[in-house]
Amino acid sequence: MNKDILICGVGGQGTVLASGIIAASALAEGHIVHSAETIGMAQRGGPVTSHVRIGADAYSPLIPFGKADLILGFEPSEVVRNLRYLSKDGLAIVNTAAVKPVTASLSGSGYDGTEMTEYLSKHTRCILTDGDKECEKLGSAKFLNILLLGIAAGSGVLGLQKDTLVSVIEKRVPAKFLEANMQAFLNGFTIGQTKGE
Amino acid sequence: MKEYVMGNGAIALGALKAGVNIACGYPGTPSSEIIESLAKHPHEGLHLEWSVNEKAALEVAAAAAYSGARALVTMKQVGLNVASDPLMSLAYVGVEGGMVIVSADDPGPISSQTEQDTRRFADFARIPVFDPASPEEAFEMIQDAFDYSEKYKTPVIFRPTTRVDHGYASVEASDAYVPKAYDGFTKDAGRFVIFPRLSYKNHGLMEERNVRIGEDFSSYKFNTVEGAASEKAVLAGGISYMYAKEFLKDHPEVKLIRVATAYPLPESFLLKALEGVSEVLCIEELSPYLEEQLLKLAGKHHLPVTVLGKLTSHVPAMGENSADSVAAILRNYLNLPADAETNDASDLPELPMRPPVLCAGCPHRASFYAVKKAMAGEKTYYCGDIGCYTLGNSMPLDMVDTCLCMGAGVTMAQGFSHIDGEGKAFAFIGDSTFFASGITGVVNAVFNEADITICILDNSTTAMTGHQPHPGTGINLMGHDAGKISITRILEGIGLQKVVTVDPLDLEKAIATVKECAAIKGVKAIIFKSPCIAIEKSKKKCTITESCINCKKCIRETGCPALTLADGKVVIDTLLCTGCGLCKQVCPVKAIGGDEG
Ligand code: SF4
Ligand code: SF4
Repeated sequence: MNKDILICGVGGQGTVLASGIIAASALAEGHIVHSAETIGMAQRGGPVTSHVRIGADAYSPLIPFGKADLILGFEPSEVVRNLRYLSKDGLAIVNTAAVKPVTASLSGSGYDGTEMTEYLSKHTRCILTDGDKECEKLGSAKFLNILLLGIAAGSGVLGLQKDTLVSVIEKRVPAKFLEANMQAFLNGFTIGQTKGE
Repeated sequence: MKEYVMGNGAIALGALKAGVNIACGYPGTPSSEIIESLAKHPHEGLHLEWSVNEKAALEVAAAAAYSGARALVTMKQVGLNVASDPLMSLAYVGVEGGMVIVSADDPGPISSQTEQDTRRFADFARIPVFDPASPEEAFEMIQDAFDYSEKYKTPVIFRPTTRVDHGYASVEASDAYVPKAYDGFTKDAGRFVIFPRLSYKNHGLMEERNVRIGEDFSSYKFNTVEGAASEKAVLAGGISYMYAKEFLKDHPEVKLIRVATAYPLPESFLLKALEGVSEVLCIEELSPYLEEQLLKLAGKHHLPVTVLGKLTSHVPAMGENSADSVAAILRNYLNLPADAETNDASDLPELPMRPPVLCAGCPHRASFYAVKKAMAGEKTYYCGDIGCYTLGNSMPLDMVDTCLCMGAGVTMAQGFSHIDGEGKAFAFIGDSTFFASGITGVVNAVFNEADITICILDNSTTAMTGHQPHPGTGINLMGHDAGKISITRILEGIGLQKVVTVDPLDLEKAIATVKECAAIKGVKAIIFKSPCIAIEKSKKKCTITESCINCKKCIRETGCPALTLADGKVVIDTLLCTGCGLCKQVCPVKAIGGDEG
């Protein structure tokens, strides 16, 4: 199996945990995996990306443009920013809830993500979900990453077994949040199953 | 046992496998996780330290290497500038045990002041350099680096770049750490005391030895030739080799030459690789190092080969390469059609900018704000430094006029005070940077009678690079409590006019303190003490109440990312807010409430 997955969002949204779980699950299923993270200055409210490359065909740690099978998007404008990575028949899973940059609050610009979501639904195959609403059901925005991961798993695009992902999540998330995270994963899984054809 | 690790983890595991006895470093992106990974793996018997700066790290390690021990030193590329004084001399003296200096380069630059190229430093110091292209390679190559260092009794440089440091891959780690056995130091003044005569003699020996190392490197396993014999060849080093390899896997008719040891140049390897080649494109990051070496080689041997690369504008002079930029360069070079596969990006909606900002609740925001308010209307010079607080430059704070290098804020403020007696010069420096390179600057200020106010932004950690401990935090990497070194007592010992500590989150008091200090002539210091929000998690939250008149002063003045607009109204994002209370003190109508845990 060769799969290229790009995870993108804003520093602080929990993208690193999501990429870590995908990588660890792929490893557990015996695949060769490479991944890369943005670390440093950019983590402070800037755009962040993780590249996960599954399979023996990948040499560079970064996915070339037009090769990603999946963009797991934590923020709509970040998905648009990284759209060049998506392959022609690739899937974008998008949290439609926008993260407004400080600059937007300062200038009073009205960025709220709708334009991005509209663009995405016109130009790509995508699963749109309002992560804010879904997280409200779960009681905290902390579970956004596992929710999105669940959507990816439910849509089938990851090519990984549900059980593998579940057992990796069990190892990776703090025990006291395990139950809520599992709920997030399952809610996401159902969304992914229904919306992913 | 296979372990899935970051490139820096792979470097650490490789060093452990090589039996490293001592590892010293100073944090700096992208190198910091090497020392941290060592600390996380079993390392009983290894001396591990975050040194106070890179120069100290290299000197501590050098003595260990004189004693026959294996020594690892880690830093980012600009850290090598700090360590260059001992490095240049050590190159002449040499070592007994293997000594590897990891200097991580940062093409882009992504988190650095410069796009300098460590390979040039190796050449300048006349010592070997290893250039890994992936985490897997880094794991093996660092072990080779120790071997070569011991074989030729010279320190060697190991140069990963950001994508290698921060890429993840699986490596075969050994289960147990076995430190290398060493004999200890043998006194030999003729060898270890550097004098002009010794340098003269050793200079000759180094040049003669480097020719031999170049020969040795000619059969090094990571210097490789792939693809068919072709007239048009590609030469690459570092991560660019991986980008080129990824593209050329569909073009096996093109010869790909890879140089993993940029200095000393593996000449015979290259002469052989270039047989039948009439044109070669060099793909590398930072400086055209390999390209220039190739031009020299071609000149020296009258090779009928055209060398292309950065010097001929076939490869950009600056910035990071990527799989895509390299693919485009190669398509152009090989006259291949453009790739139709990528998504059309011509009609994208306008994307919001996301410059990095100080975190919500960051105490630095409050410190800068207090100085800004206290000095409103005055002529000021705000000299910043290296750390999270460089972000104090962004709007609306706009409180950093200069930023040059580690520790420069303290000394540059002095320059402004001497050249302009009217303006008030301030230096902003973090606690970790103060220990690394701020103290000597303060001594300079007192001795040369500067008139400055030094603001120590003491958040009790090295936040920018991932929260490493430092002398002010007490606990060292050996897990021992060495006692916190007091910044206040250091400053008092130097003999400042005034040294005062204030909580930046107590805005009124902080402003009064700044005013008071700025009015005194001479060298004064204000220690703004409040922990980084990432090390002391707060459960407090502030909220906007009914009485808000939506004047937006809180947003305009603080720029805290937790303050946003929803349907034109100011709201606080409770997930981000730490209840620091700064906005509460800024609001003109006391409309912000809360902060109880
Ligand atoms: S209290 Fe105000 S300034 Fe402090 S973190 Fe919360 S919103 Fe930001
Ligand atoms: S400063 Fe006070 S009144 Fe003005 S918008 Fe902010 S909370 Fe409302």
